[in-house]
Amino acid sequence: MTELLRVENLQVGFGDRQVVKGVSFSLEAGRCLAIVGESGSGKSVTARTLVGLTGGTSQVTADTLEFDGRDLRGLGDRQWRDVRGRDIGFVLQDALVSLDQLRPIGREIDEALRLHDYGTRDERRRRVLHLLDEVGIPEPLLRVRQLPHELSGGQRQRALIASAIALDPKLVIADEPTTALDVTVQARILHLLERIRDEGSALILISHDLAVVARMADEVAVMRHGEIVERGDAREVLADPQHEYTQALLDAIPSTHSKGTRLSPGTPHVTTVPARPARPADAPVLAAEGLVKRFRGPDGRDRTVVDDVSFTLSAGETLGVVGESGSGKTTTARLALALTEADGGRVLLNGEPWSELPEKRRRGRRREISVIYQDPLSSFDPRWSVERILADALPSDARDPRKRVAELLDLVGLEDEHRARRPLQLSGGQRQRVAIARALAPEPSVIVCDEPVSALDVSIQAQVLDLLTDLQEQLGLSYLFISHDLGVIHHMSDRVLVLNEGKVVETGTADEVFFAPKQPYTRALLAALPTLEPRGERPAMPEPSPTPSSSDTVEVSA
Amino acid sequence: MKSVALKILGALVVLWAAATFTFFVQAALPGDRATLLLNQDSGQIKKRTAAELAPINEEFGFDKPLVQQYADYLGGLATGDLGISYQKKAPVTEIIGEQILPTVWLTLAALVAAWVIALLLTLFTTRRSRVVKTLGSGFETLSAALPHYWLGVILLVVFAIQLSIFPVEGGTSLYGLILPALTLAIPLAGFLGQVTRDEFENVLDEPFITSARARGMGDFEVRWRHALRHAVLPAITLSGWALGALFSGAVIAEIVFARQGIGQILVTAANARDVPVVAGIVMVVAFVYVIANLLVDLAYRIVDPRIQT
Repeated sequence: MTELLRVENLQVGFGDRQVVKGVSFSLEAGRCLAIVGESGSGKSVTARTLVGLTGGTSQVTADTLEFDGRDLRGLGDRQWRDVRGRDIGFVLQDALVSLDQLRPIGREIDEALRLHDYGTRDERRRRVLHLLDEVGIPEPLLRVRQLPHELSGGQRQRALIASAIALDPKLVIADEPTTALDVTVQARILHLLERIRDEGSALILISHDLAVVARMADEVAVMRHGEIVERGDAREVLADPQHEYTQALLDAIPSTHSKGTRLSPGTPHVTTVPARPARPADAPVLAAEGLVKRFRGPDGRDRTVVDDVSFTLSAGETLGVVGESGSGKTTTARLALALTEADGGRVLLNGEPWSELPEKRRRGRRREISVIYQDPLSSFDPRWSVERILADALPSDARDPRKRVAELLDLVGLEDEHRARRPLQLSGGQRQRVAIARALAPEPSVIVCDEPVSALDVSIQAQVLDLLTDLQEQLGLSYLFISHDLGVIHHMSDRVLVLNEGKVVETGTADEVFFAPKQPYTRALLAALPTLEPRGERPAMPEPSPTPSSSDTVEVSA
Repeated sequence: MKSVALKILGALVVLWAAATFTFFVQAALPGDRATLLLNQDSGQIKKRTAAELAPINEEFGFDKPLVQQYADYLGGLATGDLGISYQKKAPVTEIIGEQILPTVWLTLAALVAAWVIALLLTLFTTRRSRVVKTLGSGFETLSAALPHYWLGVILLVVFAIQLSIFPVEGGTSLYGLILPALTLAIPLAGFLGQVTRDEFENVLDEPFITSARARGMGDFEVRWRHALRHAVLPAITLSGWALGALFSGAVIAEIVFARQGIGQILVTAANARDVPVVAGIVMVVAFVYVIANLLVDLAYRIVDPRIQT
């Protein structure tokens, strides 16, 4: 095979800030190179350099930047436009925002053809339908006229991929192509990308997810702070990482194997506050009995979002709630918090009625249960300082709030200097620590964690998960832990509740559910999960079902 | 379908509220209406005797109970009767009807011109070189702040009197429409342009714009085919308000350029305290607002097809 792409000593800077520092790699047709790294590592910028879309203020230099025998350095706008879409296809993450929301998907795909003068209108139309069919979108004749939001997440991503491969480009670059997707949908999208590669295109996969990479890549380049720290055969790099950063990334992934261990060994345990004895474990701190919640759908019919869900949560225990989007996880959390009125069933908090009380009487007991959200930024007033955010969450009868705020900051591993900062001046991990401190402020017995680490890089995620584990040991907290990430759920949970379409599919201890799943749905979910075992050494992926499963249908936001 | 019915019901409520308001303002104005009428006719201001007032009261129904008058007024409105002008003794509908078309044309021309100017500014000056960007947004800020009256006089003096490109008194010809329409359009264009520019800047940072560029789309096409459609949504919302404001603000352009139109009647009627005519115009303006907002709704649905679900 001859080299399709060769990059040597690539440098990209924005003003004084150098974001890519001397990156080199090459790629042959029919092969997949994965560029892995955390946010800010320069992986996306590197990818965009290859299509000349780093933006007007960037300075790009390279010793070699050669694609298909052509020097990409110094191409003019007109020449770049010829390359884009025709020779190199580019797929961004999250098709909901990467497709024009106001245009039917058919026009977006047609656009790629039209821009490169592909055939007549009729020929283009046939090609668009063919592409939709090829990427596995059912009923192309109907879908071609639909808007992105009328499609499911998986179908949208397929449509986006279709627009990128419309002209059979020699190279396809996919920037986090599955990041926002459910695990079963992710498996199908990865399968589609694999097929594109097998048909002879070269594939560059940008990802933070090492498990995805393990499944797809022939070669891996690990990026950190704008440099490639390790590069080589995917199997070798993942099985026997040479660089300590690669090793740390691999260690940080919560999974079946990591249970009971610390994910970020370098960070200290939190041991500053004396341990509070856990409550006697006889009565559950939180109990749900036959919860039902219905929402009115856009068609005017009621949808049962939570359907007869029961669970108990004991003191000091973590109950993991796992399911795909639309499974009712978040609604269950809101019902537990009594933020949403249940249509049936009830919730008991610390053995006493909770969901049935009028809000006025609940208010006095709100301090017993608190919540941590996925995106702390939107749950903070951006103009408030950390100190004010935390002081505001303290019970009104708190003595010496200043001292208590200092205590909370210490508990979550933040420094006194963070006190005066505002949310926007904090990193993602620090923000989530503030969110945790805020949840701890009223000394709750239960904390509902709704996707608390889903927006974080794997190393930061590891630290936050470790912190949550420490806090639980120390304060005897109970967690209702919601996540779509099976690895995170297994790592954190004592017991697990699997939800699908609002119903409890399976429940048991974490090991029971993960190692000996009883229900077909749970088994399918686990099978779809990419694992770190490199390609070839694991059983072949189950072929994605030709008909879309329930998770691939249009999601209706509750 | 349900939402359409609700919208129409809402529009009717607005019209009813406007009618009720104007009616009670008329009734509550200081001074006896019959005396006012007689004084206006004779040009003298004096106290009238009951014998003098009786036929007037009879003719205009001022002697009936207020509730009865209100019911009659609403009934008249429903059948398109806005009452009789005190001054001209002609039906208000007739007086307004004769003059409404020039104002409608002026308003629509101004709105279209404002949109064209605002869109061109956005398309060609947003995210360009520093100089172009500053010129574009500077023009918008400046023009949004221009008073109509001053702008109209300047346009008149420069283009009609000094350069003689346009007629000083355009009458109702298309050519004569240009300067008055620009008088109204330029400040509105600045305003719409500012709103659209902000949105346009945000849209240009969206991932779907990168997607389009990655397909090989050129900069102008990205702006024209993708970004603009997203960026005009806030300005469309404002256009409902703008259309109504243009209609009631047309009076200044009509006076400066001596055009026929509702504005002229409004000024004359207001000066003469010809209350039914003023009230009639208020009703027409309310009606224009209602129609404008329904049109905005429609336009919004066309530009943003997501709403239909």
